[in-house]
Amino acid sequence: MVNTKVNLCGVELINPVIPASGTFGFGYEFNDIYDINVLGGISIKGTTKEPRFGNPTPRIAECTSGLINSIGLQNPGIDAVVKEEIPKLRKIYRNAIISNISGFSVDEYAYCCEKINALKEVDIIEVNVSCPNVHNGGMSFGTLPENVEAVTKAVKKVTDKPVFIKLTPNVTDIVSIAKACEQGGADGISLINTSQGLRIDLKKRRPVIANKIGGFSGRAVFPIALKMVYQVYQAVKLPIMGIGGVATAEDVIEMMMAGATAVQVGAENLVNPYACRDIVNNLPFVMKKYGIQDLNDIIGVAHNE
Amino acid sequence: MKKVYLTVLQNQALTDSVYKMQLKGDLSGIRAGQFVNIALDGLYLRRPISVCDVEGDVLTIIYKVVGKGTERLSAMDGGEILDVLTGLGNGYFTDFAGDKPLLIGGGVGVPPLYYLAKLLIKEGKKPTVILGFNKAEEVFYKEEFEALGATVLVSTVDGSFGIKGFVTDAVKQVPEYSHVYTCGPEPMLKAVYNATTTGGHYSFEERMGCGFGACMGCSCKTKYGNKRICKDGPVLDKEEIIW
Ligand SMILES: Cc1cc2nc3c(=O)[nH]c(=O)nc-3n(C[C@H](O)[C@H](O)[C@H](O)COP(=O)(O)OP(=O)(O)OC[C@H]3O[C@@H](n4cnc5c(N)ncnc54)[C@H](O)[C@@H]3O)c2cc1C
Ligand SMILES: Cc1cc2nc3c(=O)[nH]c(=O)nc-3n(C[C@H](O)[C@H](O)[C@H](O)COP(=O)(O)O)c2cc1C
Ligand code: FES
Repeated sequence: MVNTKVNLCGVELINPVIPASGTFGFGYEFNDIYDINVLGGISIKGTTKEPRFGNPTPRIAECTSGLINSIGLQNPGIDAVVKEEIPKLRKIYRNAIISNISGFSVDEYAYCCEKINALKEVDIIEVNVSCPNVHNGGMSFGTLPENVEAVTKAVKKVTDKPVFIKLTPNVTDIVSIAKACEQGGADGISLINTSQGLRIDLKKRRPVIANKIGGFSGRAVFPIALKMVYQVYQAVKLPIMGIGGVATAEDVIEMMMAGATAVQVGAENLVNPYACRDIVNNLPFVMKKYGIQDLNDIIGVAHNE
Repeated sequence: MKKVYLTVLQNQALTDSVYKMQLKGDLSGIRAGQFVNIALDGLYLRRPISVCDVEGDVLTIIYKVVGKGTERLSAMDGGEILDVLTGLGNGYFTDFAGDKPLLIGGGVGVPPLYYLAKLLIKEGKKPTVILGFNKAEEVFYKEEFEALGATVLVSTVDGSFGIKGFVTDAVKQVPEYSHVYTCGPEPMLKAVYNATTTGGHYSFEERMGCGFGACMGCSCKTKYGNKRICKDGPVLDKEEIIW
């Protein structure tokens, strides 16, 4: 028997496979086709203070080995998520629930995290700092170390749950951002969110997406995500959830070798609804193939001289 | 939703750019007005196509070649095995139909009305079907609907076949109807909405990420709240539509 258990800041996961925020809804669509209790954790749809309809459609554009999305954080708002969605998910799911929080000001992040802190159902808070900061000309929080540190500090003040800061790859120096998380007292780092991208409809001669630019993700971004996980592992002491282009058990192992303690699967869930289940099922076989007895032995091994 | 593998039985051109494909496999649980989402090698997203007919274990779809995916489908000639998600969307319900339902399809909005017409006739109802196209060369499935026993009116924009004009010009020739079921391009749906007097069920399209409710890629606002075209639709009640 191989060991697939990993530990994220004291939260034990039966395996490191976690569907990524925004690609798994609140779990129900997938629970209709397989028992989602095979998953180590679930990162639920990004939640904001107020309910949001999100961006105009079209919100989706196909790319080679990936897609661009521009959902615009459609969600029912923190009150509905706290009162309805999380308790409902807990009824059908017994493993780690990761609550993904977005905001447009430092206060908004803190407001939502404080509400989530009161929920015993939630194991980890994941703070998505890719959103535009309304107090700073709409530039994304995640692009400036001082903003990331400020959000991290504000959130840590209102919760005793482990806090993972989820980073955007649309930065010049991911390491300085990761260090700001550590400085602010984060318990871990999730990376990467989507990379900005664009597609143009040749017939209409206009961008495919109504909002023009969107977030690119899917298999194509795997090497970029892997590189960033590798760099951040080297620079900070915090545990990492590796995200971006993961589609197979081999990808999970590669992410872990780069330095991830757990791994999230995003866009692949949308094109293969069984993706996460298949990865979980294949993981022990792929571990055997590469002589891995315990997943904990490979976290960051690629850094060894 | 089910993920199944379907074998292509045949693929045949109905017009210059519209093809009819038959696929065989497990089709349990599929309803009229639902769609399937087809994975194609080398293309990242699946392609949503309406259910045109289900007969035993044979599924019929009708699609227009508009890009890479549909072009790839059109090149298949039988024996190919496709990875398909089935049973997607809410579909049409026959409960509200009344005795004389009116079915209105435009272009490749015609196919989902076929299975519906078949079910309505089986229930003893007397559907009238309006099929709208641009010109005579584009017309398909008139005889198939007639063979079911439906009254069929065809309209073409240039008048080269049937009634000259839009589907709404054909509506004027229907003396009486109890409910509207429609599918087609959005401007047509809106014209039908304004030109008809009864309640109705309207089938919409949107670009999709997943097709099964997970990504919020296909959301729209309705009078009953936000809905996902792929999961809470594609069929909306006339009452709830916001244009
Ligand atoms: C619920 C539903 C049912 C449909 N039923 C039918 C049908 O029965 N027959 C038929 O011919 N067509 C139908 N369509 C439209 C069909 O999905 C598109 O024509 C097809 O996806 C085009 O793919 P492509 O690769 O050839 O085109 P490309 O333009 O190369 O496709 C690029 C991307 O855009 C998407 N896309 C392009 N056009 C549309 C569109 N009109 N709607 C949604 N996504 C689109 C594609 O899925 C793909 O992700 C339906 C669409 C929906 C949403
Ligand atoms: C449709 C869609 C919606 C997403 N919504 C969110 C979200 O609400 N919050 C968030 O932190 N990330 C969101 N993401 C980003 C993913 O969680 C993930 O970080 C990114 O897609 C990279 O992983 P992938 O390549 O496996 O898709 C979304 C991604 C997609 C494709
Ligand atoms: S396409 Fe994903 S929710 Fe409708």
